[in-house]
Amino acid sequence: MKSGSPDASSDAPLLSVRSLSVAFGGTPVVDGVSFDVSRGEVVALVGESGSGKTVTGLSLLDLVPDPGRRVGGEILFEGRNVGSLSGPELRHLRGGGIGFVFQEPGAVLDPVRTIGSELISVLRRHCGLSRADAREEALAWLSRVALPDPEARMGDLPHRMSGGMRQRAMVALALAGGPRLLVADEPTTALDVTIQAQILELLLRLRDELGLAVLLVTHDLGIVAEVADRALVMYAGEIVEEAPVERLLRAPEHPYTKALLLSDPGEAEGAARAKLPAIGGTVPEPGAWPVGCRFAPRCPAAFDRCAVEHPAAVSRPGGRVACFLAGEERP
Amino acid sequence: MTAPAAAAGVRAEPLLSVQSLSKSFPSPRTHLWGGTRREVRAVSGVSFDLAAGQTLALVGESGSGKSTTARLVLRLLAPDRGTVRFDGRDWLALSRSELGSARRDVGVVFQDPGSSLNPRMNVGAIVGEPLAIHRVGSSAARRERVLALLDAVGLPPQAAGKRPEEFSGGQRQRIAIARALATEPKLVVLDEPVSALDVSIRAQVLNLLLELQETTPSRPAYLFIGHDLGVVKHLADRIAVMYLGRIVEEGPTGEVLGSPRHPYTALLLASRPGLGKRGDPGAARRRRVAGEPASPASPPPGCPFHPRCPSADAACRERFPDETLEPPASGRRFVCHHPEALSGGNFSAPSS
Repeated sequence: MKSGSPDASSDAPLLSVRSLSVAFGGTPVVDGVSFDVSRGEVVALVGESGSGKTVTGLSLLDLVPDPGRRVGGEILFEGRNVGSLSGPELRHLRGGGIGFVFQEPGAVLDPVRTIGSELISVLRRHCGLSRADAREEALAWLSRVALPDPEARMGDLPHRMSGGMRQRAMVALALAGGPRLLVADEPTTALDVTIQAQILELLLRLRDELGLAVLLVTHDLGIVAEVADRALVMYAGEIVEEAPVERLLRAPEHPYTKALLLSDPGEAEGAARAKLPAIGGTVPEPGAWPVGCRFAPRCPAAFDRCAVEHPAAVSRPGGRVACFLAGEERP
Repeated sequence: MTAPAAAAGVRAEPLLSVQSLSKSFPSPRTHLWGGTRREVRAVSGVSFDLAAGQTLALVGESGSGKSTTARLVLRLLAPDRGTVRFDGRDWLALSRSELGSARRDVGVVFQDPGSSLNPRMNVGAIVGEPLAIHRVGSSAARRERVLALLDAVGLPPQAAGKRPEEFSGGQRQRIAIARALATEPKLVVLDEPVSALDVSIRAQVLNLLLELQETTPSRPAYLFIGHDLGVVKHLADRIAVMYLGRIVEEGPTGEVLGSPRHPYTALLLASRPGLGKRGDPGAARRRRVAGEPASPASPPPGCPFHPRCPSADAACRERFPDETLEPPASGRRFVCHHPEALSGGNFSAPSS
């Protein structure tokens, strides 16, 4: 594996997203999002539908679908500005610098190409291998992601494999080009729970083996708790809280984070037929964001100021929180 | 399998009693020009009882047969074998017209409220349709009832004049619930009703379902189809865990989740990512043994879980285990040759 490009100094973050804003038509969907990801780190981008988490992930590789446009901010990967890359440079970054795994491998895998053929072409394109070497390396990748009987899998079309096997193949494809960052967008949401556990374990193992950084886009705080080092909580297009996962779970500060944790049915206390603590209302649609704090209309702790003024983030050790109730800066 | 009520002595007849239900489908062709077609045994000898006003959850992963079981109970599919008694009648023997009028006692909510609500009808017509079909009350009374139903599920009266597309996923599921309860049914089949919803909306809808079960005058029983033990924990009085078409364990929710006797139940519990599990050194090891479920088209001989089971031995590979009732009073039952391997309810990986 390649280990970072020469122009990146060792303590600069691998990925640095600065004030990223994305709009669809005139409607903002991501609004001033900033965060860093370091080498070997697993960072979770957590949010519900409409939070902007998926669009943030797609922006990293300039993959936002039309009519979405980056309208502000910049993305630095290994010190280079992704927005200023040429077409060929961008194509090399996709798969060679940053790999992508999506929720539905079926939507990405070509239904009439075998997994072996897909892998071989990725390896030839990104690693410049000969056909024979690429075939060897493709087999090695299928074993690395623990697909049973790799030799037989090489000739399989995607529909012949189970959902869990397809997702393993997708992970192999995303990583074969030697990326330093893997963006995994809801990689296990379509899978059964016992298979989900296996795929999460696979991602952690590959992180350890390859020194990979992972940006995990998810709605599931249970998954965040299991695999992430740090979490970014998104609501209505912005990051409302960032913290090391251990602290986020033990002492969340933003009322939205608290509410999300409490309303997870798997974690809430109580016997059968006990009511769950629920947040009222719904996530506001992009374009209909409240003027003050965007969570204020649903927030049990909201007061006058929240309705009129947008809270700026105050810093915390290893994180930040955007809430008037969070009080003093604690850098 | 014997239904639990039989062992518990004299008890009122359950609202819904399913006995030895089986259903097979021809398997999809694996090649364009055929080859031999095999049968997929989707549901195999499934039995359970559901008492009036209670909630039974059928839990399992894809291919477990839980949704097929629901469709058999709804008579959307005809079983190959088995009986279904509902409200004191042989449900499978009802004629078409008898079934038509009996359906007012059964409501249903599906997973995807986007595709299960008719986009051409307004919400008032959607919610009122079961009342119109069963000719309940005058049209003025029905209109009033629709507004009361919308209010009960937390939607304003103006919602009646709008189309489903104007609502969010959570609101559409509220509309589907209002429609399911319109005729005050005795049974509501809930097929993954919150799986497509966001976390914060999921809790709202689960609370609504709990509340409506108590406030609806018919006190409906719920047959809840789900895959998430966390969700089921809050809703169900009893849980039946399904694997490859069979119920492998059934009993009161607290007992099944607190001390699972079937290794598959324990695996499901261990696999669920949880906020409390961080740093649990055994978690990864537990999962590594898990494998994938066999295809329902070629289930393994013996116990269908044996290829993934840490305590499987020769008996498990050869013979489907008999059902164990334990303790008989609670109607707790499971099918496993080695349930004792699960003392303390912990799923332990094989040492090899």
